[in-house]
Amino acid sequence: MEPVTKIVSRTVVLPVSDIDTDQIIPARFLTTTTRDGLGKSLFADWRYTPDGSENREFALNRPDSAGCEILVAGHNFGCGSSREHAPWALLDYGFRAVVSSGIADIFRSNALKNGLLPVVVDDEALHWLTENEGAEVTLDIATSTLTLPDGRAYEYPIDAFSRLCLQQGVDQLGYLRQHEDAIQQFEENRPWTP
Amino acid sequence: MGNGTPRTLYEKVWSDHLVTPETGDAPAILYIDLHLIHEVTTPQAFSVLRSLGLPVRRPDLTLGTLDHSTPTTPVSALRNIPVVGDGAARQVAQMESNCREFGVTLHGFDSEHRGIVHVIGPELGATQPGKTIVCGDSHTSTHGAFGALAFGIGTTEVGHVLATQCLLQRKAKTLAIEVEGRLPPGVSAKDVILATIGKIGVGGGTGHVIEYRGRAITSMDMEARMTICNMSIEAGARAGMIAPDDVTFEYLHGRPLAPSGAGWNAAVKRWRTLPGDADAQFDKTVTIRADELRPMVTFGTNPGMVVAVGDAIPDAGNAGFRKALDYMQLAPGKPISDARVNVVFLGSCTNSRLSDLSQAADVLRGHRIADGVRMLVVPGSQQVKREAEALGLDTVFLAAGAEWRESGCSMCLGMNGDTVPAGQLSVSTSNRNFEGRQGKGSRTILASPMTAAASAISGHVADPRQYL
Ligand code: SF4
Repeated sequence: MEPVTKIVSRTVVLPVSDIDTDQIIPARFLTTTTRDGLGKSLFADWRYTPDGSENREFALNRPDSAGCEILVAGHNFGCGSSREHAPWALLDYGFRAVVSSGIADIFRSNALKNGLLPVVVDDEALHWLTENEGAEVTLDIATSTLTLPDGRAYEYPIDAFSRLCLQQGVDQLGYLRQHEDAIQQFEENRPWTP
Repeated sequence: MGNGTPRTLYEKVWSDHLVTPETGDAPAILYIDLHLIHEVTTPQAFSVLRSLGLPVRRPDLTLGTLDHSTPTTPVSALRNIPVVGDGAARQVAQMESNCREFGVTLHGFDSEHRGIVHVIGPELGATQPGKTIVCGDSHTSTHGAFGALAFGIGTTEVGHVLATQCLLQRKAKTLAIEVEGRLPPGVSAKDVILATIGKIGVGGGTGHVIEYRGRAITSMDMEARMTICNMSIEAGARAGMIAPDDVTFEYLHGRPLAPSGAGWNAAVKRWRTLPGDADAQFDKTVTIRADELRPMVTFGTNPGMVVAVGDAIPDAGNAGFRKALDYMQLAPGKPISDARVNVVFLGSCTNSRLSDLSQAADVLRGHRIADGVRMLVVPGSQQVKREAEALGLDTVFLAAGAEWRESGCSMCLGMNGDTVPAGQLSVSTSNRNFEGRQGKGSRTILASPMTAAASAISGHVADPRQYL
């Protein structure tokens, strides 16, 4: 995982609540056995028309959206299935952060493990971001702040461990494996065995 | 710790599995007792193990099945059915070779125990009170019906558990859902959970572990309890739990992977200590009155958009709500029972167990499904299929004009070729009515097995009580 310290980018806005992982990446694209190449199927059923051409109306297809690394979305983003293909698809497409007033638990956990920054802001900030699509926003990891172009800054919640992992690009499996002794001890000392 | 602060069921199971506790800086390391795996969310995790040269740390605590992308076409020699699509076939082949190489038991095509991962865990007796259970699948919450702490994880975490049998976790908040009173006839566990999600919303349980309590819950059998816990994730909660009791123990007794002999008595003794202490506190409590419930269905594109079968579709007026109704081709103010049905799906980890099938069969017996309706019945496991056939349920379904299939996830997510055609309306006993969930352009109404069967007969969304 690449370290993430600061993201400065214009935004793309999907002003819809409860965007589920079936919309982010529909099930028919889950037959892959690798993590790569899912970006082209991101939001497939919204992004393409039934004949396979691009739906011009869809936010990601507007010319201004090219190169944007921050996705702003309605409340409860990433609900539904636990498929990690959802953050993989967002990252493969080029997004590095998702901003919403609520992000579903499993999606959030999956995002953090892949270096996709989940940013939860209050309704006021989300409202401003939704009304001002394309605004240049700064996300700083060390201070956990989102800064709007006018300098207003919002602190977003992230636990110290996840922040450190992002900043250093830490692989959490490595961290767990360092605790092998404690795991073995737990197995030996527990009063019952599964 | 025993005489300290009173603890909930969740807090007891959580603290029993702490390898290291959480601190301000670091999450807890939580030990996992049972890791269920299937073909769709594991290939990348096995690749990580292979690239690091690591074994599966506890293959004896890992159990695999093939369910998501497998065909359900009825033939005698299932082995010879081609898996639909190259991708799915590759995924199945990779699951078979990964399990072989890493020494993990796989209930594949040749196993009489194959089935949906959340159906076979309990059926085999692998799901037990007090265990921590994970799977790369959000409906792992199902297993919480036994008083286990069970939740879905992503593929990176599947790799963590394969390699270390542990996960990094933060403790969740607790939400009590008290279901008081008795369920009226024709109203089932599915209606309880749909009404609950309608009440607290699809994000209402975010950050929480739910514990379902109250008389309506304790008087349910295990299969109904599983239906309830299954859809905890639809309310945003990663896990839902029910305190284990005699109903739980009776269900497990004699199952192949349940403790036996002296081990059984010791286990039951331990399990009896799991229910929450009398004065344990929850962060939040919500009450549902079972006596007031009617058969419920969804009308929108998330499982929180619910209405009683006899009622009109409400109008919330906001853009998201209108977008959902447009997608569903339904109008506010119109009775939901006007909706014409094209497909009925009876199956999925929510409602594909023997009691679900027999409740639907009770409604269907002596009727035929309406002209132009296709009804697919997909048992949750090969064992459910055999048991249903022994009771003659397959004959009831076939006589009514429905299809009787092999087990699997099937039309719940339409990965295996069983899909709802674009634009068609499906009444489904599964758990998700998201846009395109059952196939591109499909429209889904979630319902109980009885409501699904009644809708198949009438060709419209229908109240099952008229057929009971
Ligand atoms: S039946 Fe549906 S919800 Fe259940 S595990 Fe299969 S795909 Fe997931």
